[in-house]
Amino acid sequence: MTAATKPIEIPVPTGVKLPIFLDNHSTTAVDPRVVETMIPFFTEHYGNAASRNHVFGWTAEAAVENARGQIAALLGGDAKEIVLTSGATESNNLAIKGAASFLKKQGNHIITVETEHKSVLDTCKRLQREGFEITYLRPAKDGLVTPEQVVEAMTDKTILVSIMVANNEIGVVQPIEAIGAAVKARNPKALFHTDAVQAFGKVPFDVEKAKVDLAAVSAHKLYGPKGIGALWVRRKPRVRIDPIIDGGGHERGMRSGTLPVPLIVGFGKAAALAMDEMAAETLRVRALRDRLYRGITSRLTETYVNGSLECRLPGNLNISFAFVEGESLLMALKDIAVSSGSACTSASLEPSYVLRALGVGDELAHTSIRFGIGRFNTEAEVDYVIELVARSVERLRSLSPLWEMHQDGIDLNSIQWTPH
Amino acid sequence: MAYSDKVIDHYENPRNVGTFKTETDIDAGEVGTGLVGAPACGDVMRLEIRVVDGTIADARFKTFGCGSAIASSSLATEMIKGMTLDQAAQIKNTQIVEELNLPPVKIHCSVLAEDAIKAAIEDYKKKRSK
Ligand SMILES: Cc1ncc(COP(=O)(O)O)c(C=O)c1O
Ligand code: FES
Repeated sequence: MTAATKPIEIPVPTGVKLPIFLDNHSTTAVDPRVVETMIPFFTEHYGNAASRNHVFGWTAEAAVENARGQIAALLGGDAKEIVLTSGATESNNLAIKGAASFLKKQGNHIITVETEHKSVLDTCKRLQREGFEITYLRPAKDGLVTPEQVVEAMTDKTILVSIMVANNEIGVVQPIEAIGAAVKARNPKALFHTDAVQAFGKVPFDVEKAKVDLAAVSAHKLYGPKGIGALWVRRKPRVRIDPIIDGGGHERGMRSGTLPVPLIVGFGKAAALAMDEMAAETLRVRALRDRLYRGITSRLTETYVNGSLECRLPGNLNISFAFVEGESLLMALKDIAVSSGSACTSASLEPSYVLRALGVGDELAHTSIRFGIGRFNTEAEVDYVIELVARSVERLRSLSPLWEMHQDGIDLNSIQWTPH
Repeated sequence: MAYSDKVIDHYENPRNVGTFKTETDIDAGEVGTGLVGAPACGDVMRLEIRVVDGTIADARFKTFGCGSAIASSSLATEMIKGMTLDQAAQIKNTQIVEELNLPPVKIHCSVLAEDAIKAAIEDYKKKRSK
């Protein structure tokens, strides 16, 4: 029969090893140079950084302090401002719950954005149940919020504004410096928190320039280990928040718990590498992303990029392939690790809330694929992916009744569908 | 999620893909079409039957949906071939679930296939009664 009825076979070019990892927003491979620095801290220098009276403790503490400095440097802050956590989920929880709890006498209003990560949104939802008022800003179609929009939402009761630097699905980078300046101009006492996870080490971000009070980061998105992150907490002027984990009083009382020294050392090294290599890496990764974008769009019609293409992380491409459901496309791309905004891939059977907030119709949200290019991807991999994606989309379109109707000039909106 | 071998087989080698509309030797009066689902829900199936002497002589489908939806509709076209309309109308989605080993989250894909069969039969009968 037709081509639709046969699986696609494309020879794998030499130098390309399957599966190909193009899901670098969800996590990243640990850089071998990071692993190398971590190993001695499992087997030789395994002391507790809080042990004050022997060399094991001192060695561990010195390593932690060094790492703190490396992490702070990439943020443009000071080592003393780093509160180490288990990751950015915890950092966002600590920032938002900690600030809300500490400032509840000053006000009860919090502002955030509909496209934030769940660790921000669900934290806000919990506070809402506890009596806080939350404003969820809706971004424009390109995913961006404006400083004016933020200031307009602020009231005298606003204690916290939480807006991410870069989005994990669509990669859109907010004008964070302009937003920070506007928030502080409206009310210097309102705290400004940012989820900087995706931007950290990928695009320039400086806590001073952005005038933030709190910033959440995580190691595993930056070629560091999983299970370690930080909350940067401004010291000048001093920002105070309540802890959410009580115990031995580690991390200046803001986060108790024995420090995972090997992970922290790895986090520090990952930050130091990014500090040295970000400029060159950005160029290389962006070139690969642009190659992917051009390759796909020159081969296929009816593709739509979700979110601003200009204000975007260098490695992100989020694109909808109209008339091809995302999960069926993932199935064709089984040797490539990517993710989809389709409902069929989510436990909730709802399409991506981020795309919804942008006003992307559900029918297009179901067809979206997120590509996340990173440090270890190559041009040969990208070329293979372009070929596989183009052929797979063509094949699935030949199976799609919607594509056929579209080709026949039928307006899909004119049909009486049977939603279920 | 891991797919069963049968889902993968139908996804990679779907049976009876297409439409009778472009097959010139077919009398449109013999064809019934079921179009179910909605683009906004992420799944649309179109299933066509060609009825000769009261039995389903042939079937075609096209599906916009996940791999399990494609497999369910592909399997449905195989199942109904050679059946009478009454027999085909009796097909339950659970037979498709069982045959394809679908997990609970994919049951609605099989329901859609059942609906598509019923809608195609309906459409055929409506045409005939005119
Ligand atoms: C934007 C953003 N914020 C927060 C997180 C949570 O980070 P972690 O996995 O370190 O808890 C992630 C990653 O999933 C993210 O992409
Ligand atoms: S079509 Fe959505 S889960 Fe099958």
